[in-house]
Amino acid sequence: MSLTLEVRDLRTHFFTRAGVVKAVDGVSFTVARGKVLGLVGESGSGKTVTGFSILGMVDAPGRITGGSIWFQGRDLANLSEEEMRHLRGNRIAMIFQDPMMTLNPVLRIDTQMIETVQAHEKVSREEARQRSRDALGMVGIGSPDERLKSYPHQFSGGMRQRVAIAIALLHRPDLIVADEPTTALDVTIQGQILAEVQKLAANTGTSLIWITHDLSVVAGLADDIAVMYAGRVVEHGLVEEVLDRPLHPYTHGLIGSVPSRNKRGEPLRQIPGMTPSMLALPQGCAFRARCPRAGEECLIEPELRTILPGREARCHRPHL
Amino acid sequence: MSLYLLRRLIQAIGVMAVMSLIVFLGVFAIGDPVEMLISPDADQIERERAVIALGLDKPLWMQYLLFLSNALSGDLGRSFVFNEPALQLIMGRMPATLELALGATFMAIIIGLPLGLYAGLRPNGATSKAIMAVSILGFSLPTFWVGLMLIMVFAVQLGWLPSSGRGETAMLFGVPWSFLTWDGLTHLIMPATNLALFKISLVIRLTRAGVRETMLMDYVKFARAKGLSPSRVTFVHVFKNILIPVVTVVGLELGSTIAFSVVTESVFAWPGMGKLIIDSINVLDRPVIVAYLMTIVLMFITINLIVDLTYSFLDPRVRLEAKG
Repeated sequence: MSLTLEVRDLRTHFFTRAGVVKAVDGVSFTVARGKVLGLVGESGSGKTVTGFSILGMVDAPGRITGGSIWFQGRDLANLSEEEMRHLRGNRIAMIFQDPMMTLNPVLRIDTQMIETVQAHEKVSREEARQRSRDALGMVGIGSPDERLKSYPHQFSGGMRQRVAIAIALLHRPDLIVADEPTTALDVTIQGQILAEVQKLAANTGTSLIWITHDLSVVAGLADDIAVMYAGRVVEHGLVEEVLDRPLHPYTHGLIGSVPSRNKRGEPLRQIPGMTPSMLALPQGCAFRARCPRAGEECLIEPELRTILPGREARCHRPHL
Repeated sequence: MSLYLLRRLIQAIGVMAVMSLIVFLGVFAIGDPVEMLISPDADQIERERAVIALGLDKPLWMQYLLFLSNALSGDLGRSFVFNEPALQLIMGRMPATLELALGATFMAIIIGLPLGLYAGLRPNGATSKAIMAVSILGFSLPTFWVGLMLIMVFAVQLGWLPSSGRGETAMLFGVPWSFLTWDGLTHLIMPATNLALFKISLVIRLTRAGVRETMLMDYVKFARAKGLSPSRVTFVHVFKNILIPVVTVVGLELGSTIAFSVVTESVFAWPGMGKLIIDSINVLDRPVIVAYLMTIVLMFITINLIVDLTYSFLDPRVRLEAKG
């Protein structure tokens, strides 16, 4: 099985006046060719920063301070901005969370698509337009010729996200980082987009990193899952195994919090406490304060270790 | 589009009508022009004759109606002082003011936009901080003082530039312009710079604020994620979005410069409209004041319309057909 991406011990820190925020602190995972990795976690767990790190788009005061991101035999963490730019939108594409905000409101769709084609390939405007049109057709947008001449505000949210996906697909990238692309859409559109993306990824052999906080999305879409907490991966494995039998107490709590798994009439279950401030992480396991299973040994930080075959978790006292 | 223009035209006529009433009443309320115009030792009969000749014996409403009906046929009255049609007097001075204001606005855009863009893209750089610091000076130094300093340095001490007047002019469209001759241009530089300082600062600050805000937008991140070159991101994706506030402010600034460049025109003895209106107010030359204010109102309406039309060109979300 060939790997599209291998992230090893990635560290992305933000150097703010209040202190160093270790938004991503030792994250490792792999994405196999044509597979979908669900990157799951609460807000502030570092999943979006992980995505931006892969694209080399971490803005000051943040920067990648350690680790490596192996992609096609090259370490993205050490590439120059110019080399990175040639990969971005070309071999690695990104889809954003809010489709209402990702397209430039004052530029026509064709402008925004053609510039993407021409940023990476020397082709004529006409050919670029042709490819843009095909891409729009591929994501299920009717009468693409007309739609190319439209402005973003003439599309609905779902349509805009389709356009964004079409733009991401223009160069048939090897990897797409999708940052909660369906969170801002209503459920029916969400389902359509998920099905569409899954089909496209399977057809083109594109690998996906699907960043989300929605476990039900991951359950239906992903092959593997990596659960993040406070800038670290706390559990990693095949999606059905992790969801069926979570090892880490945090994953356990997350799954327990899904409303459909709770009994009717009972108060919804939740994880007690709040995500810790990234400026003042507790010593040892970051989840310790909220963990029902925490003990003495949790004062020492656990490493991500193989607990069952193919199953990794960062916990001293996993659910077994 | 044509419906929109028609609606704007009707609005403009309404504004002009209301404005004429306010201006007329306002001017009527201050002082008695006869006192200013006739020598103090004139006798009663001479006074009466002057009052009748100027049409000041009629009741106010009749004066207003007379003014309106004349105005509709393009006659805004004759200056009490120069005994020339007021409109003609103003139009004669307008090119001087116009080229001064346009020159200043041109400088504001040419200098302000690039500096603002630079300061917005590198907000923490030393150069950016210097630009912002200087722009505060541009805001706060009084125009007349800067004008005097410019004259002292460049006209008196260095002797590089002439300190007053329009210099040699050349005709274009039957109107004399200074910027068409080298001599005229040297005369124009200082007053235009003086007027431009405030505007440059304004454009710098607006552009910088716009760039900083736009850079954080998802569509700029998305543009970068598409692998576009930084120059394409800046000059296409960011720039087109910040133009809207800049166009608005520059348009309104252009209007107020044309209307209120009195100080600069006085300091540099620039024979423009500002000088004329101040002199007219001093001697209560009512027709000139009224005609001037009406011209300014018309000009503001026109500039506003142009700004609005520019919006629809810059921002597709502004649909002119939808609402007026």
